[in-house]
Amino acid sequence: MAVAEGAEPISLEEEQKGSNPWVDAWRLFRRNKASLVALVIICAIFFIAISAKFWTSVGLLDERSGTGSRHSINPANQARVDPYPDPGSCARDDQVRSPYWCGWLDDDMLATVKDSYCSYPEPDADQQQWCYMLGADSQGKDWLSQTVYGAQVSLAVGVVGSTMSLIVGLIYGLVSGFYGGRIDNIMMRIIDFMYGIPYLVMVILFQVFFTEIAREYQDSGREGFVGFILQINKDMGGLLFLFVALGLLSWIGMARLARGQVLAYREKEFVEAARALGASNRRIIFVHLLPNIIGPLIVAETLAIPGYIFTEAFLSFIGLGVQPGTPSWGAMISEVRTRGGFFSNRHILLVPSIALVITTLAFNFLGDGLRDALDPRLRGT
Amino acid sequence: MDKVMSDTRIEDGAGTVAENGKRVIVEVTDLKKYFPIRSGIVFQREVAAVKAVDGVSFRIFQGETLGLVGESGCGKSTTGRTILQLYRATAGSVKFEGQEITELKGEPLRKMRLRMQMVFQDPYASLNPRMSVGRIVAEPLVIHNIGTKKERQERVAELMDLVGLNPYFVSRYPHEFSGGQRQRIGLARSLALNPSFIVADEPISALDVSIQAQVVNLLQQLQEDLGLTYLFIAHDLSMVRHLCDRVAVMYLGKIVEVAESEELYTNPLHPYTQALLSAVPVPDPKVEEKRQRIILKGDVPSPINPPTGCNFNTRCPVSIDVCCNEDPQMVEVLPEHWVACHRVM
Repeated sequence: MAVAEGAEPISLEEEQKGSNPWVDAWRLFRRNKASLVALVIICAIFFIAISAKFWTSVGLLDERSGTGSRHSINPANQARVDPYPDPGSCARDDQVRSPYWCGWLDDDMLATVKDSYCSYPEPDADQQQWCYMLGADSQGKDWLSQTVYGAQVSLAVGVVGSTMSLIVGLIYGLVSGFYGGRIDNIMMRIIDFMYGIPYLVMVILFQVFFTEIAREYQDSGREGFVGFILQINKDMGGLLFLFVALGLLSWIGMARLARGQVLAYREKEFVEAARALGASNRRIIFVHLLPNIIGPLIVAETLAIPGYIFTEAFLSFIGLGVQPGTPSWGAMISEVRTRGGFFSNRHILLVPSIALVITTLAFNFLGDGLRDALDPRLRGT
Repeated sequence: MDKVMSDTRIEDGAGTVAENGKRVIVEVTDLKKYFPIRSGIVFQREVAAVKAVDGVSFRIFQGETLGLVGESGCGKSTTGRTILQLYRATAGSVKFEGQEITELKGEPLRKMRLRMQMVFQDPYASLNPRMSVGRIVAEPLVIHNIGTKKERQERVAELMDLVGLNPYFVSRYPHEFSGGQRQRIGLARSLALNPSFIVADEPISALDVSIQAQVVNLLQQLQEDLGLTYLFIAHDLSMVRHLCDRVAVMYLGKIVEVAESEELYTNPLHPYTQALLSAVPVPDPKVEEKRQRIILKGDVPSPINPPTGCNFNTRCPVSIDVCCNEDPQMVEVLPEHWVACHRVM
């Protein structure tokens, strides 16, 4: 090229830095204070959930450690734990509001508690302040520890549910939209069919189905692959089957969204330009389509996370979610249903509910912020 | 028609030589592109077809610019894209440098793409918004696995310089550029592989008039420097006159008239060409005052069901009976001036 014979290679010092669309998106996102706060809250919740062991070892009762725990309730006292306790049986009603609520304990209060009906185990000196910060349930489980562990379940369901739905939906939608024609037609009719299935009913039926299988295997004592899977599920506190039940149906909306996005970009001239250059389908999909369509899909999935969390809470509430004994916010709320205390022990209901509300709100705000930042229609390109 | 046009063809490796001694780069013969219209819920059947390109033949000589004009929806873009094999031709043949390319697939087709490229109409849609300019311009090299990373960088700088862009912009993104600059980026991308033939699909229609001149001058400059051959698709007739050596006029999927640029503009023979040219304003108030516009009656018929005979007969001011029954053949009425019209013959 005669014109450019002497053109020098670009040196980095002189190179004009462009604004990367992803960097731009982050700049836009940062401007949205509510979403930023939501992001911080979500990070905090994640941190707490991951480090749950640490938090609960400071707390009094690690419900997972079972009866062997140093802090577990003295079996002698357990008989006295009564689901409908009389607050008056505590020594000083004004200080110990109920057997379920010890609150912060100073030395005086601790002495009172020790002498009272609600004879919780004696905490170490440096742990005294942490005693039952958020009360306990009728079985003496520390409600704070339960809530912290419950965050693990909720976040796992939210993250795994949305990730599975995103991956499956994206692949399905990409194939359907990109190849078009008869393949697209058949794949979309399948989706139409699946849309006709009531989601929650189906998830419940799946859970019932899995429970039945588990029971049958337990009764017959059979082993093999199914037994292996059942064991994993058991070790995960019933989460595996929950993931499967959620994952089987949750991707259909995402698949439609992904297909729509692909259709919108497939006919764009830059895709045609790539084709004219001889780009393979794989390159067109991964280099040209995916980076452009992924934004709205991530937004949709973030906004769908509260839905997964609610579904899990609902299933656990009606006893079809996590296995009994696994702490989950839905199961904690159901404590009110099974053991009562709706008016007398509001913390039973309030603590997991507030945790649930904060988490889902944070995800909603995060999704809003992401939408503002990632929606290309709001920008000039 | 193809019989008339290809009587003195001599085969030689890299293309054919026409009777006038010029080398033929692209030879299109009776090219057809129909888009099927399907209906049905699961098992779709073809109920009709849009005849976007319906039997088009022309040749493009090495180093020239052939203008392809016509109103919206007449099949200009489809013709360009079918030549580049972005659409599969329904029928007919496209020979590029003497090689039949409508049947090519896979690797041979990819190799062919090294030699022919496209410049797109919409500079806002033709660049991937998620890729930096450097990546966009280097993409052809990456796709065809040409050069090392460093060589690619150098080539990108060279190309950007060539199209009049500062090479320091490589890490910028398309949305940071104006329409004219984006069109230059698109041009740099299509030049990366050193093609010999470029289909320019209305490359200036989406630009401001002041920018149009810049891009057209750039196209001409590049043609001189690199010996490019263009198929220039446009509907701006004065720009076509300025830029093109020869012009083909299209109406409803067919070419009605082909001639050298000056000849066509001064002596249009087909009634459709006459009507089209009468719509061009003249930058001289006295001439402009006397300019008589030929207003065609009615609308363009549907390309799903074009009229029988000459497809212009429904709107033609001079049509006669034979126009409704017989499809006119392309005939060389004057030297290098081909017309498909019963009334001209």
